[in-house]
Amino acid sequence: MSLTRRGSLAFGAAAIGAANIPMIGARAADLDVPTVDTKKPDFKIEAGATLRVLRPAKFVEADEVFFKENTKRFTETTGVQVRADFVSWEDLRPQTAVTANTGAGPDIIIGFSSDPQIYASKLLPMNDLAEYLGKKYGGWHTLAQLYAKKWGSNEWLAIPMGGSGGASVYRISWLKEAGYSRIPDDHAGFLAMCAKLKAIGHPAGFALGHAVGDGNGFANWLLWSHGASLTDAQGKVSLDSKETIAALKYCKELYPHMIPGTLSWGDPSNNKAFAAGEVSLTFNGVSIYYALKKGDEKMQAIAADTGHQIPPLGLAKAAPSSALAVNAMAFKHTKYPNAAKEYLRFMMEQEQYAPWLAGCLGYWSNPLKAYGKMAFWDSDPKLKPYIGVMDTPYYDSYKGPINAAASAVAANYTLVDMFASVATGNATPEEAVKQAAKAAARYLKG
Amino acid sequence: MSATTIPSRALRERPKETWLAKLFDSKPFLVALCLLPCSGLLIVFLTYPLGLGLWLSLTDTTIGQPGEFIGLENFISLFDDQIFWNAVGYTIFYTAVATTGKFLLGLWLALLLNHNLPLKAILRATILLPWIVPTVLSSIAWWWIYDPQFSIVSYVAVDVLHVSDHYFDFLGSPWAARWSLIAANIWRGIPFVAITLLAGLQTIPPSLYEAALLDGASGWQKFRRITVPLLMPILSVALTLSVLFTFSDFQLVYAITRGGPFNSTHLMATLAFQRAIPGSQLGEGAAIAVSMIPFLLLATLVCFFGVGRRKWQQGGDND
Repeated sequence: MSLTRRGSLAFGAAAIGAANIPMIGARAADLDVPTVDTKKPDFKIEAGATLRVLRPAKFVEADEVFFKENTKRFTETTGVQVRADFVSWEDLRPQTAVTANTGAGPDIIIGFSSDPQIYASKLLPMNDLAEYLGKKYGGWHTLAQLYAKKWGSNEWLAIPMGGSGGASVYRISWLKEAGYSRIPDDHAGFLAMCAKLKAIGHPAGFALGHAVGDGNGFANWLLWSHGASLTDAQGKVSLDSKETIAALKYCKELYPHMIPGTLSWGDPSNNKAFAAGEVSLTFNGVSIYYALKKGDEKMQAIAADTGHQIPPLGLAKAAPSSALAVNAMAFKHTKYPNAAKEYLRFMMEQEQYAPWLAGCLGYWSNPLKAYGKMAFWDSDPKLKPYIGVMDTPYYDSYKGPINAAASAVAANYTLVDMFASVATGNATPEEAVKQAAKAAARYLKG
Repeated sequence: MSATTIPSRALRERPKETWLAKLFDSKPFLVALCLLPCSGLLIVFLTYPLGLGLWLSLTDTTIGQPGEFIGLENFISLFDDQIFWNAVGYTIFYTAVATTGKFLLGLWLALLLNHNLPLKAILRATILLPWIVPTVLSSIAWWWIYDPQFSIVSYVAVDVLHVSDHYFDFLGSPWAARWSLIAANIWRGIPFVAITLLAGLQTIPPSLYEAALLDGASGWQKFRRITVPLLMPILSVALTLSVLFTFSDFQLVYAITRGGPFNSTHLMATLAFQRAIPGSQLGEGAAIAVSMIPFLLLATLVCFFGVGRRKWQQGGDND
């Protein structure tokens, strides 16, 4: 296969057809990206190099199809054999840990958010590649830099490949019925809108149960949009603040206007409720929209009536929500460091990256700013809020250093339970915040 | 001359005992050899993980970082953790209530099945279904049944029978969620108890009941004086197993509530998993798991000796 961009797109369209992905007119021009002429770093591929890559399993079909095809094209161009393994999300972190600690196994792991910080000493420095890509493609979004650079330094530990984040997902017609054309960005306006939605029989719903993605996402939105945070800049628990109390009181006011039962919502619950027309508004990734678009006529009608918007800002300056970032880490134990870097460069160049990103229909958002300018995004303006998912200063352990401890707090639903217990009147805001701060201090500095 | 050579040749030709033959003649060696496959499996798959769990509970290991020995620090910190004590409390409550429920209903079912019923074999096989279905599948079914928006129970009550004007929130408050989980556990556990007790019932000689009938015993007296005492041995075994299964239950709670709402339905097993794997704190998770051992030992001893020890079980008479 020739390696012109047009050729790659032709293959891209074929792959899309094969995988039966409803993609919206992926013409060559749609995937054009403005670039700055930059000298390509010269990674001399070692003789006889082979690579093993581990990455998270696909969530949308096109993710795997394009990733494999791009990898295959790298092999055809360079002769370097690459084995790409897709592992389930919950297995990825333990496998990353084993690889880092034993110094054996895959050469490259595309791991989750905080992993580069945790395994910093085991990773190949990526400054040359990250700086080249950043320069060529208009710079890196804030969240990409936060996760992939060694904390408090300019040292790149990994190459961010994408982020999966949430937005407000709403039914356009029901919002209109309640008198809104867009979701208000202020707390009082948002609360009033939720009350009206409930009054017309189409309430909003946000997870307050043990849903690791959606529950923590909602809790973080409540905190960050009120200017509160789990930790201060030094990583010390700073939950017990007047901002958190305000967030808790707001949640208590919002809760009666939500659909009943969100206390037991798991991660799939809001998708199910939205698709069934039980809720008019929720926070979620693009997966709801993606599933609706792929569904039968009834579902497609809901998709046509679905809108996205970045979560209400409240007191925040930028979207008060984070994303699950994926970062490509090359390990020091690899025998072929140059081949590994060249592979990552190849995968991030627009000929490969643009069709992959477009194929994922917003499931992964771009860490490099230029990819937000593809005309592809105009073909379905509903996806636009997902362009900016990584353009946020908020991350899991905001405002402290990124480390494993914040993941432990999220995995134990400390913040979700704090909000849930206040919302239902099982605890006062003051009691709940003290209890949550104590629980968080088991892992973070108290 | 020739007469002397023959026996000497025979003597020479008798196979000399090799060290290998001697070895295989040795009883201790044979015993060890025969035990090897079994003990090997036990050591690799039981002793090693248990030992590793014990060791991990004494370290601060996290996923990704080999830990250091920190003595009993994990246990001391758990002692001060309200969520841990809630989990201990609910685990005990869950085990006690669910086991009682399973035994009462299971025994009742066994007594019914012990009668001559039409389609007896099919009926007995059907009863086993909840036990045969993989727990995670039946848990997902229960998760749907308890769903706040899509519950079949709510649908029938609200949209079909119109006996309620709002959907039930089975898992939306701590006590509702706790009882819902117990109901699901009882449903799943009944078949095991029923079939085990049915097997026990069938070993009771009918002549005893006939004799009692001739003596004019009532139904209750027959149950109290014949059925219960003769069921005791199998009852104690079934009870022990059932308590162990229930105490260490994981799948049902993890699939339905993940310990929510606000940690009110955590069992020790689910809390241990949550802290150890998604939370990465292997040491702390192991400490919670290790804390289950004394409870399990105690429960086993109580069941086995409290219920099961009768003199006649060892061949003596009852007092």
